[in-house]
Formats: sequence, structure tokens, C-alpha cells
Amino acid sequence: MFPKQEVVAMLLAGGQGSRLGVLTTKLAKPAVPFGGKYRIIDFPLSNCVNSGIEAVGVLTQYQPLVLNEYIGSGQPWDLDSMNSGVQVLSPYQRNRGADWYKGTANAIYQNMNYIERYNPDYVVILSGDHIYKMDYSKMVAYHKEKGADCTIAVIDVPLSEASRFGILNTNPDGSIYEFDEKPKVPKSTKASMGIYVFSWNKLRKYLTEDQENPESSNDFGKDVLPTMLNAGEKMFAYEFHGYWKDVGTIDSLWEANMDLLDPKMPLDLSDENWKIYSRNPVMPPQYIGDNAVTQNSLVADGCNVYGEIDFAVLFAGVSIAPGAVVKDSIIMPGARVEEGAVVQYAIVSENAVIGKNAVVGARPEDIEEKDEWGIAVIGDNVKIGAGAVVPPKAMIDKDIPEVTEDARK
Amino acid sequence: MRGNNVMGIIFSNMHEELIRELTDKRTMGSVPFGGRYRLIDFTLSNMVNSGINKVGVITKSNYQSLMDHLGSGKAWDLSKRRDGLYILPPFGNGSAEYTNRVETLSAIEGFLRHSKEEYVLLSDSDVVCNIDYQKVISSHIRNNADITILYKRGQIPAKMAEPMVLSLEPDGRIKDIIIDPRTDSEYSYAFDQALIKRELLIHLISECSSRNKSNFKKDIYQANVSKLRMYGYEFSGFSQIITCMNSYFEGNMALMRPEVRAELFPSDRPIYTKVRDDMPGKYGLGAKVKNSLIANGCVIEGEVENSVLFRGVHISKGAKITNSVIMQDTIIGENCNLNYVITDKDVVVKSDRTLMGFQSYPVYISKASVV
Repeated sequence: MFPKQEVVAMLLAGGQGSRLGVLTTKLAKPAVPFGGKYRIIDFPLSNCVNSGIEAVGVLTQYQPLVLNEYIGSGQPWDLDSMNSGVQVLSPYQRNRGADWYKGTANAIYQNMNYIERYNPDYVVILSGDHIYKMDYSKMVAYHKEKGADCTIAVIDVPLSEASRFGILNTNPDGSIYEFDEKPKVPKSTKASMGIYVFSWNKLRKYLTEDQENPESSNDFGKDVLPTMLNAGEKMFAYEFHGYWKDVGTIDSLWEANMDLLDPKMPLDLSDENWKIYSRNPVMPPQYIGDNAVTQNSLVADGCNVYGEIDFAVLFAGVSIAPGAVVKDSIIMPGARVEEGAVVQYAIVSENAVIGKNAVVGARPEDIEEKDEWGIAVIGDNVKIGAGAVVPPKAMIDKDIPEVTEDARK
Repeated sequence: MRGNNVMGIIFSNMHEELIRELTDKRTMGSVPFGGRYRLIDFTLSNMVNSGINKVGVITKSNYQSLMDHLGSGKAWDLSKRRDGLYILPPFGNGSAEYTNRVETLSAIEGFLRHSKEEYVLLSDSDVVCNIDYQKVISSHIRNNADITILYKRGQIPAKMAEPMVLSLEPDGRIKDIIIDPRTDSEYSYAFDQALIKRELLIHLISECSSRNKSNFKKDIYQANVSKLRMYGYEFSGFSQIITCMNSYFEGNMALMRPEVRAELFPSDRPIYTKVRDDMPGKYGLGAKVKNSLIANGCVIEGEVENSVLFRGVHISKGAKITNSVIMQDTIIGENCNLNYVITDKDVVVKSDRTLMGFQSYPVYISKASVV
């Protein structure tokens, strides 16, 4: 018998994140490194702990090895209590057969027994691809205060961008009367953040019904939430104010990292009262060499910087050789940029090597055809040979051989 | 594979009188070093990396910071159901504080007696080094030694307390021990780390206690040099023995050398320390950093050269830090100028201050002071 948990969080971490291309060929999106020492999942996990949520189920499906290993016992987030903590929930076989998670609602449905053993009053549904700090306990309090059956967190987006989001149209009291998925003519600017609080008895009922409906795609946004609204359940929008960023694309992942370098960034990673916890590599402090230039950058332990960095995010154990230049770029753990190489507007994945005098990416102002410009991405463990040139927007998943001086002429 | 029939005993207070400034409110073992470590991390990590599963840390006073640092031992993988980390504060024998090594070991006789490992590795926490103790253990077994004492070749570090010089047979057997020779030529001098059979240690300690002998070096090592099979093990890698504020300062500065960092922090034998969950180091617009070691959690908006910055240090705009060791969570205000300064934890240097020491005499600012 488990002690009751008023709130159980379920974190949807099974998505492939195919829009992140080579970054997610070997790992699930929530395990993608972020911000110099974190992985994306550190944000929702730390939010849970800081909000007082003690039981967190993490639903995994796609490439779970790195993610499972990273979560481990949950100790870095204090989620390794005796009777609660983090639990990785992967699809499993039953006596009637086995299913992969078909949709987000189905993933929760298949793990109702995990939720049931804590006998919760509320279930918080989270996704593993957003960078933000949020006190979920305040949202649960709002849910209680409104006597809601379901509460959806919303963030105000610019009207011009509203048609990219799922928009919620609400009455003055905050109750929702309409879902507008990517509307051509948005009626409001309240975009769903993909964070839901449900009263568990209602969610259980609707998940079960949804499962029995052969027409359903078993998805929260497409099926469960509209069904609840049509049935007249009390659904409220909870307005969130603060930094929130979906990092599901290369561009948004790059932007979110660069946001951390902005002195006006509202998301403070050094806030003692809302720490973002992570698994810490065991490495000595970073060393900045004699002729190094380091400005506007985040640099993690274990880095050796001898070259020039400006607007760079360097993860643990990265080395930047003398004469190398890294600007407006993200260099993930263990990657190496050799002498004279120039990396600009790029994401270099774990343990990749950028050879001597190689050029990766370009500045937008140096490119005439603006359509051809974009963030260059180098996959993990890829070696870019000396002198090779990787154009902007390229996504490299195989080694590129060395280019000799003669060949370049 | 772990487990090698060796247990570790670390003395966390030994030699702290040599750097009284830094050990006024902490043990030698908990003296901050190298941007993110405490001195005890080195020998403790070396033990763990050498397969030692059981470590007792002896402490007698000022051990709040040590206990806080070690916690359950999780960071060193010593939080275990079987064995792991044991903190051994003063116990029994009437006196409130241990005064010497023999008395200390005598007080933990029960701990030693109830252990099952055949060997004990005794270590102080005053040496910054990365030693593979597995090699010491192999050498000990190969020599069928009773005691193996670790030593270095060279000049004895200045101000080392009671330095012990070994004269060795070609096979490494110790034929004579001289304590505190008064010349400055090259010696094989021991540092306080040794491997000894557990049963033998218990026997030697109880013999000393019953005869009211209390000098470990004289009454155990020197007195038994001909009776026991005592061997030396030379450690020739990088090491910095902390014997005074100068050597502490030099040890920190040595970390700027890539070959020293490579030797001290190899990826297969890492030095573990308490986790703090700081954000990565942040370099602002106009930051100028040269030849410096910077830990996570630092925010640098000014200039830093030839310095070690610990976790959570803030260097404001226009400030210039040169040849300094700035410990955790120190805040340096705008337009300050520091040269040859050691600031302890949580120091605040207000804007426009200038603090100048000298290479042979760095200025020390004590914990939580406001300048």
C-alpha cells in the first residue's frame, strides 16, 4: 500500500522529436542537452520537485536508453524517496497482447495502474520538450479554487504568431468555451502550453471512454479535451506569465539556448529558490587559456577554451583550440573544435570533432540567398575533416573527409 | 570489479595548524581547493578509484563543514548498504579532542577490529595528487611487506611538520628512518600515507598505548624499522603537499598547467566532490579572462587573469582580479582591483576597493568578511 499522493505528475517523454533531426537519432527529445549542462527533461522534473510533487511517471517509448540512464534512480532531483519518486514507464506486454503507446492519452491510459496506487486527487500532465520554470502547485490551487475538472495552462502569444498554436477561447471567468487548433483567424492569444491538470476521477472516466472509441486517435488535444468540453465538463485556462519555450525544432532549440545569454533573460538559472537540477559530470573546473577571448557565453566544467567564443554555449568537456572561433553556436558535451576552425550559427552535437581550419555554418548577414541560411547541425560523434566546409542549414550525420589546401584552390 | 581487501582511514584534521587562516573554522580535509574541491576529495577519490569500498574519516574538531561536505558519501559512491563511508568523531577515552595519531587510532580500535579487510590504507588529507593505490597495494603484496610508506624524491617542502626521510635498499626496503634532517639536499621523504596490515596496526597501537608512547613516526615507524618488513613506494606523479599558505597558493596556481590538470583529473580516475547544481559559468559582455580556472556558477563581467575562481563567484564590471584564489560565492564589486589575494567563502568586496598582496605573501580575507 502506497501512501496517498494528492498530485501525481505524468511526463510525456516518448516523442521522437523528428524535427530535431540528427540530434534525436539516438536519443529521445527530452534527453537532448540544453543550456550548457542540462537536458530538456531537467526543467519539468525540477519544476515537479520544486512544486512539491513527489510522484512522477515518465512515459518513454522512442530510443529510451539515454533517457532511462539519465533519470536513473531520480536521485539528482530528489525523486528517489522510499514510496514515491520518479518511475520510468515504458510500453509493456499484457496477457491480451502488447501495444506501443498510440497517442498521448493512450500512454496515460496504459499506465493507470501506476497512478491508481497513489490514490491521487489530481493528475498533472506534462510534456518533455519545453523550457520554463513553473510552480505547478499554484496551478493545482487554481484548479481547486475554480472547482474545475480540467485546467489547461496558457501563455499569451503575439497575435501574429497565434495561428501556429492551439488557441483556447475563454469566457471572462477563465472557463474555456472553444478549442481552436492552429486557427487561421485567431480569436484570442491564449496558447495552450501542453500542461494539464485533471481531477483524477474525471480523467479516468474519459480515458476509459476514449479507449473504447475505435474512431479516436487517443490524443489529449485532438480527442480527450474536445470530448470533455462537448460533454460540458468544467474546463479552465490558467494563465502563465514568464519565460516558456517549445524547443521542438532546431531553430527554437538554438534560440532558447541563445536566450540564456541575454542579460535580460527572465529565466534565471541561478535562482537559489528554484534550482534546475541535473546529473553533474565529474570534471574539473573550466580552464580559459592565455589568448582566449570569452564573452557573452555559458561554459560548463571540464571545458578547455584557448580560442575565441562569443555568444556560445559550451557543455561539459568541450575543447576549443587556439585560433578557433565559435560564435552564436551550441557545442554539446565532449565535442572538440580544432585549431583555426570557425563555427558560426551551428549546433555541434556530443563528441563531434571539427577539424583544423574547417568552417561550419555562416552568419546570416554573409549569405545573399536568405532562404539558404539556417542553423548548421553536426550529429554526435561526427568528424568534420580539416579544411572542410559545412554550409549553413546543413544537417550532417556522417564524417566529412579532410579537404587539402590544393583541393580548395 | 570493486573490492580489494583494503579499507581506508583518512585523518581530516592533521597538519591544520600549518594553514591556520584556512582551518580556523574547518578541518584540513574541508579546505577548499582548485575551484570546486575540498582537500579530502583527492585522497578519498583516489581510494574509491582504487577499489576501496570502506573508508573511515577521522575528525576531532571543527568538523561541521566536513560533515556537510561528505554527507552520506553519495558523491564518492560510498553511500552503500555494505560498507561505504564512516565518519569517526571523537569517541570514548575521556578526552574531548585527540592530540596525536596514536591516541586517535586507539580510539577507533573497535572500528578497526570489527572490519574484515586485511589491509588499512592510512592517509592524511594534505596532499593534492592522483595516486592509483592499487599499485601501492600490489607492491605491498609483492614485497610481502608489513608496512608500505609512500614517499617522494626531492627537496622537503618548506615548513613540512616533522618530515620523515627514508633510506632505502635497492629493492625498496626501508633500512633507516631519519626524522627532521637539518639540510636541504634531495631526499626520499615520506608523506603521510601508508599501507599496513590491519591486525598489525591494531597490535602496534595497543602496544604504544600501554607503554604510553604517542609519537606515530618515532614509536611506530622508527622503532620498528629493523623488526618489521617496511617498504617505500615512490610516487613520482604531480603532487602538492599543503604545508603553508604559500604552498596552498602555489598548488592552486599549478592547476593552470595543462599537464598538471591532465595528471590530476584523468577521465578514468576522476576526482569526485559534492554536487552543487550551479548553472554553467557565465561570461558577460566585456569579460576578459586569461589563464584562469573557473568553476560552474561563476558570473564574470570584469577581468580575470592567472586566478582560480570557485563556484558561485561574481566578478562585477570593471573589476580586475589577478593572481588570486577566490573561494565560493565571493562577490567582487565594480572596479575593484585584486592582486595576490586569497578570499575565503562568502566574502564581499565592495566596489572600488584595491587589495594587493605579494607572490610570497598573498593577502588572505577570512570567511564571510565584508571589505
